[in-house]
Amino acid sequence: MDFESLPTAQPVARLIEEFHRLPGIGPKSAQRLTYYLLRAPEEQARALAQAILAVKDKIVLCSQCQNITDADPCLICRHPERDRTQICVVEEPLDILALERTGGYKGLYHVLHGVISPMDGVGPEDLKIRELLERLKDGEVQEVILATNPNLEGEATAMYLQNLLKPLGLKVTRLARGLPFGSDLEYADEVTLTRALEGRQEA
Amino acid sequence: MTTPKIYKTEAIVLKRSRLGEADSLLTLYTPYLGKIRAVAKGALRPKSKLGGHVELLSHSQMLLARGQNLDIVSQCQTLDSFLPLRDDLWRISCAVYLAELVDRFTEEHLENYPLFRLLLDSLRWLCWARDGGLVLRYFEIHLCHHLGYRPELGRCLGCGAPLQPRPSFFSPASGGVLCPRCGPGLARPLSLNALKVLRYLQRSSPAAASKLKLTPELSAEVEGVLRGYLRYLLEREVKSAAWLDELRRESIQQTVSTS
Repeated sequence: MDFESLPTAQPVARLIEEFHRLPGIGPKSAQRLTYYLLRAPEEQARALAQAILAVKDKIVLCSQCQNITDADPCLICRHPERDRTQICVVEEPLDILALERTGGYKGLYHVLHGVISPMDGVGPEDLKIRELLERLKDGEVQEVILATNPNLEGEATAMYLQNLLKPLGLKVTRLARGLPFGSDLEYADEVTLTRALEGRQEA
Repeated sequence: MTTPKIYKTEAIVLKRSRLGEADSLLTLYTPYLGKIRAVAKGALRPKSKLGGHVELLSHSQMLLARGQNLDIVSQCQTLDSFLPLRDDLWRISCAVYLAELVDRFTEEHLENYPLFRLLLDSLRWLCWARDGGLVLRYFEIHLCHHLGYRPELGRCLGCGAPLQPRPSFFSPASGGVLCPRCGPGLARPLSLNALKVLRYLQRSSPAAASKLKLTPELSAEVEGVLRGYLRYLLEREVKSAAWLDELRRESIQQTVSTS
């Protein structure tokens, strides 16, 4: 949408245009946010602007786990009580938040920042795989947990990593795939059901 | 409007990408409606009823509702998820390559039933094939056929003379084989065995073609010829081909290092 041509003051049009570029924001929402900020107290607008700049200035990738962080190494990698013999490999930083919410995992993480996707031309060299292999060299890590998403690309990435890591003599595990809690067998697809049967456990 | 608001179709999912918070944007290949794009609402939520049924490369029965721009998947039931493919990195990568070819070579809403059939048969064949590469070559040569680019393998495209059983030349620009007199300088050399393999693949069924056993050299030559032809038609590289090459390189390295 060309906001420049609208009869709006140029700085306003520019802000609308910037909001419009954000994911999930349509033209109307962009206008509403802009006019909200116009009326909001100046401190609020300034705080927003500074928060955005701080994200860009201060955030770096953790040199160990590749998670986004403002201090290198990140909080998890620095934590004295985390189990350093386990590394959980995830696709994106947001996946760490999801796993941390469970409170059930005490090991370390490694973020790949993507997933092998042949159709989009994304190969292993575009992911943080070399960094992962580097971390495994000192022999402290005994188990690698592959926690990529259970879809085609995630599975392909997990299989690729498995081939790569098995010869190193590590324990390589994959998150269980099966029925989500609160769902319904009737709507489950074959792949999920087959995996659920394969991974069944003694009750 | 006479078109119904909802319709049923079989479909193979060629491409799946994220749309908004939890929706999936699907590119589907259907038997009678050709390629269509549709949205599976909420497919990324863990408890979605659609999620697993609209996974990449699954063959499903779908009920779609016409939307303003994109149609919306309202119900979906998997017919075949090609399970053996999903446990094998090489096979699944081959399957992704087939899907990319179909996606790149087709326009939306153009019916091509034989091509749908070819894709379905090839995916089934990939599940048990000894040599995934052979399935890809079979698919490539028949894909060209169903799109109207069937390569001429019987007579020389320069002088029109029937080809003799001799090493010849293959020219993507002419769309087939040139004889030893017309070809030099214009086209890439083609060994007699490779020509025979191409002809055999072109005229046989998957069941007959699957009996073929190729030496690595011959297999590489046939692959080079067909890929060159597809690249010429498409005027660009097929992205997943690079990934197949990489996988093959690594598996060779691994067998070398373990032996």
